[in-house]
Amino acid sequence: MSESKVTLRLSGLEPLIVTPESNFVNVGERTNVTGSRKFLRLIKEEQFDEALSVARDQVEGGAQIIDVNMDEGMIDGKEAMIRFLNLMAAEPDIARVPVMIDSSKWEIIEAGLQCVQGKGVVNSISLKEGKDLFVEQATKIKRYGAAVIVMAFDEKGQADNYERRIEICERSYRILVDEVGFPKEDIIFDPNIFPVATGMEEHNNNALDFFNATKWIRENLPGAHVSGGVSNVSFSFRGNNVVREAMHAAFLYHAIQNGMDMGIVNPTMLEVYDDIDKELLDYVEDVLLNRREDATERLLDYAETVKGEGGKKREKDLSWRENDVRERLTYSLVKGVADYIDEDVEECRQQFERPIEVIEGPLMDGMNVVGDLFGSGKMFLPQVVKSARVMKKAVAYLLPFIEDEKEGGRSAAGKVLMATVKGDVHDIGKNIVGVVLGCNNYEVIDLGVMVPPEKIIEAAVEEQVDVIGLSGLITPSLDEMVTVAKEMERADLNIPLMIGGATTSRVHTAVKIEEHFTKDQTVHVLDASRSVTVVESLLGPKKEVFVKELREEYAKVRENHTRNRAQKKLLTLAQAQENKYAIDWSNFEAAVPKATGLQNISVNTEELLPYIDWTPFFRTWELHGKYPAILEDAVVGDEAKKLFSDAQAMLETIQSENWLTHKGVVGIFLANAVEDDIVLYDSEGNTIHTSSTMRQQLQKAAGVPNFALSDFIAPKESGKSDYLGGFVVTSGIGIKDKIDAFEADHDDYNSILLKALTDRLAEAFAEYLHEKVRKEIWGYAANESLDNESLIKEAYQGIRPAPGYPACPDHTEKIGLFQLLEAEERTGVSLTDSLAMYPTASVSGWYFAHPESKYFGVGRINQEQVASLAKRKGYSVEDMERWLSPNLH
Amino acid sequence: MKKDITEILQQRILVLDGAMGTMIQRHKLEEEDFRKGWFEDHTQPLKGNNDLLSLTRPEIIKEIHAAYFEAGADIAETNTFSGTTIAQADYGLEGAVYDINYHSAKIAREVADEFTEKNPDKPRFVAGSMGPTNRTASISPDVNDPGFRAITFEELVVAYKQQAEALLDGGVDILLVETVFDTLNAKAALFAIDEVCNERGLKVPVMVSGTITDQSGRTLTGQTTEAFLISVSHMNLLTVGLNCALGASMMRPYLQVLDRKAPFGVSAHPNAGLPNEFGEYDETPEMMASQIKDFLDENLVNIIGGCCGTNPDHIKAIADLAAQYEPRKIAVNV
Repeated sequence: MSESKVTLRLSGLEPLIVTPESNFVNVGERTNVTGSRKFLRLIKEEQFDEALSVARDQVEGGAQIIDVNMDEGMIDGKEAMIRFLNLMAAEPDIARVPVMIDSSKWEIIEAGLQCVQGKGVVNSISLKEGKDLFVEQATKIKRYGAAVIVMAFDEKGQADNYERRIEICERSYRILVDEVGFPKEDIIFDPNIFPVATGMEEHNNNALDFFNATKWIRENLPGAHVSGGVSNVSFSFRGNNVVREAMHAAFLYHAIQNGMDMGIVNPTMLEVYDDIDKELLDYVEDVLLNRREDATERLLDYAETVKGEGGKKREKDLSWRENDVRERLTYSLVKGVADYIDEDVEECRQQFERPIEVIEGPLMDGMNVVGDLFGSGKMFLPQVVKSARVMKKAVAYLLPFIEDEKEGGRSAAGKVLMATVKGDVHDIGKNIVGVVLGCNNYEVIDLGVMVPPEKIIEAAVEEQVDVIGLSGLITPSLDEMVTVAKEMERADLNIPLMIGGATTSRVHTAVKIEEHFTKDQTVHVLDASRSVTVVESLLGPKKEVFVKELREEYAKVRENHTRNRAQKKLLTLAQAQENKYAIDWSNFEAAVPKATGLQNISVNTEELLPYIDWTPFFRTWELHGKYPAILEDAVVGDEAKKLFSDAQAMLETIQSENWLTHKGVVGIFLANAVEDDIVLYDSEGNTIHTSSTMRQQLQKAAGVPNFALSDFIAPKESGKSDYLGGFVVTSGIGIKDKIDAFEADHDDYNSILLKALTDRLAEAFAEYLHEKVRKEIWGYAANESLDNESLIKEAYQGIRPAPGYPACPDHTEKIGLFQLLEAEERTGVSLTDSLAMYPTASVSGWYFAHPESKYFGVGRINQEQVASLAKRKGYSVEDMERWLSPNLH
Repeated sequence: MKKDITEILQQRILVLDGAMGTMIQRHKLEEEDFRKGWFEDHTQPLKGNNDLLSLTRPEIIKEIHAAYFEAGADIAETNTFSGTTIAQADYGLEGAVYDINYHSAKIAREVADEFTEKNPDKPRFVAGSMGPTNRTASISPDVNDPGFRAITFEELVVAYKQQAEALLDGGVDILLVETVFDTLNAKAALFAIDEVCNERGLKVPVMVSGTITDQSGRTLTGQTTEAFLISVSHMNLLTVGLNCALGASMMRPYLQVLDRKAPFGVSAHPNAGLPNEFGEYDETPEMMASQIKDFLDENLVNIIGGCCGTNPDHIKAIADLAAQYEPRKIAVNV
């Protein structure tokens, strides 16, 4: 629940809450043309950058509110007020404090009120022109949402003594509270601070009357505050800062004691009360409190003795200026300080060979820091915009040098087309990017908002732009950007494409956009501060590297994305099992194998030749295309032909010189599925082996099952007998000697050729044996008649999934398979520690005969299945996890 | 006789409806749907200008209001988020602004009254939605010239005044200045509302809802939540709150600020989480409700609803939950 108490609350970008406990609120006074000649000059000469520095100095010096006054006959006060407040709004380190809109002209006050998003203070209104106008103005101020300073001034004139002060303040208060309904806490009285020690007797009580009136207001007008322009009090001592600072400090001390809680004070013209020389303090307080008749004379005498010493100036913290120039540039960019940028850039320029390197090096480094801070929420948009302007200034300084540089200098850096896509009207971000790029010497062609793709493409062609930047804020713009990318592809536009805007992301760009546009690179630009680096990379000499890295990065993003998406939709193992591939076993009768028991297979190279699938052979050599068409391919055809003829020649030699021995083993066993396991039996019904299969866990579309290989074997509870086959073949026996010989000769070509051929032969052997199994050994497809192409397409009944491949990713299955088949003794193939087969030109797998059996990929599984497999197979969970990690992560 | 909303707000948490855009998207509308009977010959494309549907496809908008009331919403927002001359200028439809607001309000009013009649114990209210427009009064679109403004306060006041008048003519109970990313725009809306109320001698409950846009916890124009609150506190608001941009959980710290500091009711209508990379809002009603439960456990809000990505299922989940809680106590200023 709210803890709110009625108290003056003001705001800039941050709140300012004035409570009885809070100390005096300091109002900065130097952005006031009536009080600061320097500020007036800056405004007259439209040196707004420096004028803003005056405001910034004050905030840094401790001002909690900034008073802005443009009442000067020589300038258009209203215009100047609007301009300066708008400029201040773009400076977050100034705009964080509330604004005091200071003018004697209502027109200027109202113009100012229309420029501040926070709750500011109007300085001031009064009963000077009568009650009606006072009420009207107060009503408006309330509607604008500001607090108000009320001068002790009425139709008769300015209050110049205690009684008049309280009379006017009380009357004003009653009108505001009772008639206008103005919040009490938003009323601030200025009971007139007048100079003392003027030499005129009637001024002697000026300070004292102020103190007493302040006390009365605070005690009698609930909620109201008291403020005043403190420097007035020391008017007679202009030019003598020592005395003035002491007077300000002492005046404030007593005013605060009496209840003044806000004041217009130059914090840099203020001594600390306790630090005032005791003698001086005595003279000053005599004057302020009107304690002695000769108080003024005594202070004047004393003032003579300290005249000319000036008085020390409080310096703001400039320690950062002592850092290395690169750090200083970064500081200036991050803080948006333009004051020193020229000298620092110049210093930097001297250190580099070419001026452009200053931009590419230290300045871009600084902007990257800005980008990082913004990205992590430590800077916010207006600050980034400010940084961009400092950057602009730096670039502007360097530009003449860059242009002077005859050779190698870059011309106008490039043309960038910017557009907010069709259906979207948000353009703030796009405009910022445009400006940041503009600051960096790019020509920006801005097509505005709701730009249809055809217009983007038309303009890109017509203007011959170097980069296209798309922006959008709302989510449908994401799809629209995809459309633009596709249209650019269709239009054959080989111009890089930048994607930016609040809802865009690297992932979306990588997954949805990049692949639709192949003519050039698509880049997601995280925020405006990165746009320059990105465009520079895209247009500069390092584009190739940049694009290559980006493509790899995006490919990875896509991969992760697919994986993450998949990860989200894993079923529990039980759910997956529930959704198994359900074969109707009721009418099933297994084909009984013609031969049982283990059977050794040997074959000649010649017999395997018709079974060779040549396409993967060419792929090994990075020649892409299907055999035999590849031999006629316009690009790689000649190379392929040459390779093919070398292969044929080597195959001749392999046969004629009997280089290779092909050995295999096969066995068909009684089997039944028990849940996800396949249990193998001997003829007596004893279990001889259990093969644990893995089940898909990814959530599927309705009606699509979660496969496991065990689904293709009749389950135990069906009461039907079924069979599972296994095989191991190798073509690699004898290859080692030949390879060694080639390598001894440094004949890499033939060494690789032989390995590639042996691999093909092993695959051919597997194909050959599978056919033999279907037609003879198992014989479930005795009448099958297929040519090699159909074999390659696996147009036959049954499958032979291999452990370590997608349908059966579990390599440890090879151990059982090898034992079952006595494979090492019978074929000479052994398993390495990592369960690879040696010789490498070997193939092993299971035979499934059911007509509905098919290949699939297990894909991602969860920890639950890992644990289940570990338990079923007698492994530790850690070991199982290690073997299955590709399916887990 | 219908009870005053300020009174009801003391007694229970009120539920604001969910997203309009998300529901409209379900209808897969085409250009023709945005023109039908009103703008057949308009020269610019109008697809995506959802406010027009109150005129061209009123049955869809009614159906959406009804779906939200059915789900348990107490307050429906009119389909007028972009119903100002400023926002409609992008479509060349400044002239349609009165119709958009008047008819949008009327449609919502009709549906609300039907539901109130059915169940007088749960009176339904209509809040006239006043969006931020697509211009900012305190940021320059031309960063080369930070002093420049594409829109002035006075222009905003004129536009908002027209919208407020039409909404009131159409029968709204509340005016809702929402998705405030530039407080100066909101102040112009409040200024306009105050003027209209003054001229008409009305007292209209006003809700203001700001948008915290990023991790710095500030509005787009850089104000902290508390600074934003202070900047709109000069009106006696029904509620001040937050909507859009963030999901419920990310909104919580800023709602806590409002809870502690606001002398008004506090409202929240968060998005269904943050949009994913494809602009879809992933949060299910259950996920969102579980985060909103934190608000309710902490007693942070008086009005709760949904913004982008929410649908009647979300609102139902929220309404079911809100019914079990006491509203936040509203401090009365002395």
